[in-house]
Amino acid sequence: MFENLSDKLQGVFDKLSNRGKLTEEDVDVALREVRLALLEADVNFRVVKDFIARVRERAVGVEVMRSLTPAQQVVKIVHEELMATLGEPARLDLSGTPPHVVMLVGLQGSGKTTTAAKLALTLRKAGQRPLMVAADTRRPAAITQLEVLGKQLDIPVHSEGNKVPPPQICANAVKRAREGAYSVVLLDTAGRLHIDDQMMRELEQVKAKTDPQEVLLVVDAMTGQDAVRVADDFNQRVSLTGLILTKVDGDARGGAAISVRSVTGVPIKYLGVGEKTDALEVFHPDRLASRILGMGDVLTAIEKAQEVIDQDQALKMGQKLVKGEFDLEDFRDQLQQLKKMGPLSQLLDMLPGMSQVTRDLAPEVTDQHLKVIEAIINSMTAGERRNPRIINASRKRRIARGSGTTVMEVNDLLSQFRQMQKLMKQLTGGGKRGKGGMRGLMSMLGGFGS
Amino acid sequence: MFRRSKKLRDSLTKTRRSFFGQIAGLLGAGEITEETWEDLEALLVQADVGVNTTMALVERLREQVDRGKARNTQELEDLLKQELLGLLDAPPPMRVDEPRLLTLVLVVGVNGSGKTTTIAKLAKYYRQRGRKVLLAAADTFRAAAIDQLKIWGERADTPVIAHQPGADPGAVVYDAIRASQSRKADLLIVDTAGRLHTKYNLMEELRKVRGVAQKRVHQAPHETLLVLDATTGQNALSQARHFKDSVDVTGVVVAKLDGTAKGGVVFAIAHELGLPVRFVGTGETLDDLAEFDPEAFVEGLFE
Ligand SMILES: Nc1nc2c(ncn2[C@@H]2O[C@H](COP(=O)(O)OP(=O)(O)OP(=O)(O)O)[C@@H](O)[C@H]2O)c(=O)[nH]1
Ligand SMILES: [Mg+2]
Repeated sequence: MFENLSDKLQGVFDKLSNRGKLTEEDVDVALREVRLALLEADVNFRVVKDFIARVRERAVGVEVMRSLTPAQQVVKIVHEELMATLGEPARLDLSGTPPHVVMLVGLQGSGKTTTAAKLALTLRKAGQRPLMVAADTRRPAAITQLEVLGKQLDIPVHSEGNKVPPPQICANAVKRAREGAYSVVLLDTAGRLHIDDQMMRELEQVKAKTDPQEVLLVVDAMTGQDAVRVADDFNQRVSLTGLILTKVDGDARGGAAISVRSVTGVPIKYLGVGEKTDALEVFHPDRLASRILGMGDVLTAIEKAQEVIDQDQALKMGQKLVKGEFDLEDFRDQLQQLKKMGPLSQLLDMLPGMSQVTRDLAPEVTDQHLKVIEAIINSMTAGERRNPRIINASRKRRIARGSGTTVMEVNDLLSQFRQMQKLMKQLTGGGKRGKGGMRGLMSMLGGFGS
Repeated sequence: MFRRSKKLRDSLTKTRRSFFGQIAGLLGAGEITEETWEDLEALLVQADVGVNTTMALVERLREQVDRGKARNTQELEDLLKQELLGLLDAPPPMRVDEPRLLTLVLVVGVNGSGKTTTIAKLAKYYRQRGRKVLLAAADTFRAAAIDQLKIWGERADTPVIAHQPGADPGAVVYDAIRASQSRKADLLIVDTAGRLHTKYNLMEELRKVRGVAQKRVHQAPHETLLVLDATTGQNALSQARHFKDSVDVTGVVVAKLDGTAKGGVVFAIAHELGLPVRFVGTGETLDDLAEFDPEAFVEGLFE
């Protein structure tokens, strides 16, 4: 899934490679790859052009550090420059006297309503008293949607139906906040196209009537080249103060973040990382930069793996285990989850700081192992997967033949699987859903085939 | 039909103010220079065609220019349009139009792409063509998703079969199929919850929903439409790939083409995955739906 830019660059430099200073030729060859990586990540064409020019200027003539290859040196510069473009994460500005008005704006379907609820929850956890405002009178059931979320979180929602003009609703809400001692007012405005003049004018009116301290543009991480126009137009009309990037839990590289930052200069305040109301994160410039570059957002991927595998899966798996039902089908599911996170070798090798930990857990895991294991499991019948006990000598021979492995390897897998069942039982039986599932899987994989 | 594609063209030509300035130079019958190629690349990449597809196109065009197939920028533009149209191929007719007792259309896509609105538009579209349509509210997850579809159902004068929030989406589909049969509806369109294609559990859930349709109606779903947001960049390719793998998507609807985004990623989707684009969404009212017109779409890139 993740294109590995440093590997690609390494290939390029192997052909040139002599150390010392980065020459113009070195840099140009490398930047050609960087450019493609950024365009693939949806960074805007013009933004890429400026960016490359900037990096080129910085990189030519730079002494290659002793500990780095020229490829790594270029990636390092590119990465630093990307991080600089992304800027530092910023919190909401809640200085001055409450109530503070926070206005959420953006295109249709970018995730404003969900984000409003997430922000409200975060703010309440920080000791604030949020009031959410249903100012999307346009989309069918948008008001109900916010009300439902408000009820779920037990956070009040100000709504006046869909007949009152949104600027009026918002002004009334601020008044209510003042009287009711709410400290933050979150305005959920309707999604609109940046070129819809009438709707943009409505936003200007909302802004004029409520004097918001924050005007946040909610941007879908999957947005393509058009992100620059959208961001620029919203910024022109209502002067943005920050950005929230949503749907970052998918596999979009998120180059729009660079585009939008370049055009508006306002800080990224949060990332939306899931549909649940607690899925809001502070962003890490280094991770986002790596992700956009295609070096894989490995740290996050690992964390996500732990989340996914441990909490959802391991719980279910754990229950199955307790009932003695965990079988090779389940195991294969787990493997597939693992595979989705990208090449395993990359997960293990590219983690700054993490690599040692991971290695300790799984000294020998390679993608090759994964493939072998999967091939073996795939060659079993459903019945065998569900009940490995029935796999006798002749079945083993058939499975080995089917998967292009040896009976010994099949034996290994089966005995490791039994061990893992035991291990899982210990880990989940302890009642703690820690990192056990993942570690169990890792150690099982590590043992296999070595 | 002509009226519709004209409408699309109109909506596509809406003034496009551009931050970095218009792409200059490509139009007009000038000499083909290195600058022409750069402009061409800029045009395609900025329309979200994607850098791989763009480079492949540019390479093919360069070859043809070398062979004397185009001598000026005007001819080059015509060649480019032909190449782009070639990527879209001629799709087979939609299976919705085949005669059968009950046709079932499953609508899928990532969060917020425009599924529910598109379904309402489709309901009106097919009702106008004499079909008896029923909608199934199988997004039981997102807050107020059911209410949203119900409101659209009223506007489109089309009944909606719904359960409570949180109910099993498969059960909704099951009920909707029975309702279609007893009410003699001949077209059932199923709204599903938005989900990111990378979420294993949610994609499995979608497969189950599809399974219910498969089991209850012969050869269903007859079409599985993926709704893509035109604003989406290269990730749309990943979306299409995953949804196709999981639930065998048969066609694409590009929503929100009334903005300034051009949706160029569908060239790669159509070409690499063989998925035809069926409709485009051009606004937020029931009438803002048009049959996909490849020529208008390609023209749209140049406007
Ligand atoms: N401008 C424009 N807006 C659209 C179009 N299609 C949908 N929208 C808007 O996009 C937003 C999201 O649309 P929905 O139909 O709710 O999208 P969905 O895919 O059902 O969303 P979820 O169910 O939440 O995943 C709404 O505000 C729609 O009005 C279109 O063609 N043009
Ligand atoms: Mg919906």
